Amino acid sequence: MSGNLVRRLAIIGAALACAIFFLARNGIKQGLDLVGGMYLAIQVQDSAGTMTAQARADATDQALEVIRNRIDQFGVREPVIQKFGNDRIIVELAGIDDEERAMNLVRQTAFLEFQLVKDSREFEAALPRIDRAITAALPAGELEQVDTTRSQSALDLLFQDTTAKDSAAADSAAASAAGPNSRPLSSLLQPNGAGEFVVAKQDMPKVQRYLALPEVQRLLPRNTELLWGDSDLGQGAALFRSLYVLDAKPFMLGTALEDAQAGKDPQFNETIVSFQLNRPGGRTFDRITGQNIGNRIAIVLDEQVKSAPVVNSRISTSGQIQMGGAPMTEARDLALVLRSGSLPAKIEVIEQRQVGPSLGQDSINKGIIAGIIGIVLVVAIMLVFYRMAGLLSVLALGIYCVLVLGGMAGFEATLTAPGIAGFVLSVGMAVDANVLIFERIREEILAGRTQRMAVDEGFKHAMSAIVDSNLSTIITCLILYQVGTGPVRGFAVTLIMGVIASFFSAVFITRTFFMVYMDRKPATKPISI
Amino acid sequence: MLRLFTNANYKFIEIRRIAYIGTAIALTLCVAVGLFNHFTRGAWLNYSVDFTGGTLMQVRYSEPTNENELRAVVQPAVPGTEITRFGAENEFLLRAPRFTEEGGNTVERLTGALNGLGKQYEVIRTEAVGPKVGSELQVKALTAVVLSLLTILIYLAFRFEWRFGLAAILAVAHDTVLTLGFIAVTQMDVSLTTIAAILTVLGFSMHDTIIIFDRVRENLAKSGKKVDFIEILDRSINETLPRTVLTVGTTLATLLALTLLGGHTISGFALIMFVGIVFGTYSSVFVASPLLYEIEKRWGDRTKVKIGSAPAAPATRAGATV
Repeated sequence: MSGNLVRRLAIIGAALACAIFFLARNGIKQGLDLVGGMYLAIQVQDSAGTMTAQARADATDQALEVIRNRIDQFGVREPVIQKFGNDRIIVELAGIDDEERAMNLVRQTAFLEFQLVKDSREFEAALPRIDRAITAALPAGELEQVDTTRSQSALDLLFQDTTAKDSAAADSAAASAAGPNSRPLSSLLQPNGAGEFVVAKQDMPKVQRYLALPEVQRLLPRNTELLWGDSDLGQGAALFRSLYVLDAKPFMLGTALEDAQAGKDPQFNETIVSFQLNRPGGRTFDRITGQNIGNRIAIVLDEQVKSAPVVNSRISTSGQIQMGGAPMTEARDLALVLRSGSLPAKIEVIEQRQVGPSLGQDSINKGIIAGIIGIVLVVAIMLVFYRMAGLLSVLALGIYCVLVLGGMAGFEATLTAPGIAGFVLSVGMAVDANVLIFERIREEILAGRTQRMAVDEGFKHAMSAIVDSNLSTIITCLILYQVGTGPVRGFAVTLIMGVIASFFSAVFITRTFFMVYMDRKPATKPISI
Repeated sequence: MLRLFTNANYKFIEIRRIAYIGTAIALTLCVAVGLFNHFTRGAWLNYSVDFTGGTLMQVRYSEPTNENELRAVVQPAVPGTEITRFGAENEFLLRAPRFTEEGGNTVERLTGALNGLGKQYEVIRTEAVGPKVGSELQVKALTAVVLSLLTILIYLAFRFEWRFGLAAILAVAHDTVLTLGFIAVTQMDVSLTTIAAILTVLGFSMHDTIIIFDRVRENLAKSGKKVDFIEILDRSINETLPRTVLTVGTTLATLLALTLLGGHTISGFALIMFVGIVFGTYSSVFVASPLLYEIEKRWGDRTKVKIGSAPAAPATRAGATV
């Protein structure tokens, strides 16, 4: 064997060793479509369209940190959380089984505010004027006849022995007296203790629409904000929501929180989240609770009142959010988002994809079986047509497979379902270079060249076709990579690796094997091709 | 030596007019099917949520369930949802036209509604794409196809002559149209993966054409004298025929295995490539090469190539230089 040949074999051996090393060290990363999981694309909301590109980019960066923090605490194996473009975040969570929970964890702004609950008398005094403003502002058709009998009987179910019944009766009497449209808002509100009303759930959109009117906003008493409670009251068909009258200016924000933990209130067996405040927060809390004993404080998360406890005594550095009968997981997630801080702005999910574990496993199993059968077919065709040369190319093909997989492991590329197809396809295409060369050698032999000459010429002449055609495939794959996401990218990467490896395999590895073969074969024996 | 088409001498270019008619019919059919779809279903192709935006959900029930049961709970929550049986016995595909409903996202609405049925089910996959992402992906997919064609054209113009590049690009555009026609006929979903399949077909078909053109280039260079271009083309196609048949054979064999056994995610993808590669192989012989002839006839360098009517005398055998 010549020194040249030894060198060539050494290069092949080194390439193989590299590939095997990467495969053993990194393994092959499998895409979400194979392992199952969730993919989310998120964008910072800018509904007013007033944010500058820089502001959006900054908000995106901050949101990314918060989301990363939350996911880390939630505990997902190898999550992918990355910025995409200027103002987008891609989140990939493999093997997630409770997608709704994960979604909420990512999506929640978790902006926490502490606000005082106001006495509702001031607001009630403004109600008649608000009613008139609504009647004036909206066309008559929009103010449907208010079905007071329904809300009254439903309320009876909820508040058997409160004054609500009386006031509702009085309200409905007043409503019928003054005509259906004269009290569009107040007829839907039922007082429920200091600073709180309840609204039948089906009336919520209507109330929301009324409250959003600029005319109504103007008539609200100074520093007053109306916010909904975060969960339904009552049960079955009769569901209600609380509407709180709050002091618009929060006296403390979630930034004052130092820690939050989920737990159970032993006394009432209620789910709670207890929180610790930092020093300045503790001082504020101490002062405000001291001044407001007997009043209510609302703990507001993302513009919804989480709980509104009555202050019984002065509290300084710790407090709790009561969550009633909510499941423990919900409390844990709330504590988690409170600990990891709020998002800098509202975000919206703009794309959501999810693959269940069974589909992923199915793709792997079937893809592998189909792939093996496909490759066996290629091997059979090559052996039948080119015999010894075919065998050499099949050997080279074996090395080719290891190289492609090793390359994917080395670049930490992701294998996806289309990627499996891409890999198998690339095996079919990889033999193309060999076929080109072998056909060329046959032609040269038929043209009367000596064996050695035919082999050399064959490899030489097939080169330009191989280079041109492979480059065109690489070009399309690069574009595909630029444009595609997830599975498609996986496909493009696999095919690029395949094309590069097939080039090396056909031009270098098969050639080397040919040299060894020619070396060993008696010179008089014809080439088996 | 097991050889296919040894010394083949088929008159591919002489029969180009038949090929033109065939190609014209095929292209017309594709456009016709597209138009038919456009008028009966509102779109040339059956675009998936990737491009239209909306929500798709595949669910599998562990107990007997039918579409009507699902429709009863889903329709009120998410109006306009299409429910179809999918593959296995109790598996269904839910397609909702939107990404968000009033006051909530569609996926959550759908799961909420399905939970209301009170039967055990598994979500196999969800694809929910907001309108913004949908239109972005449309633009991206289109850009990808156009950009691929352009870059390859530039590359070919650089490596060959522009006339070769033009012929190759037109042939590849032809394959793209035929493949799209196949997708239109079968009403397959057009998703991002479909675009990947089409681009692969494009690359493969280009590959095929390049191998023939490479041989044409070589034969032109070898024959020094003024030669008949039809003969050069025919000879080049015939000489590369064994390679074409073998490579296409191995590629189609792998794709066939993937189509038949690859499972749902892979098989549609593989089928499109299978069909596309058949078209691509046809076109490299019957579209790209005749086109190259037509282009040479009009704008070719007459000092090197002789373009005339096909020789009346029996054609010279391949391998014998004129």
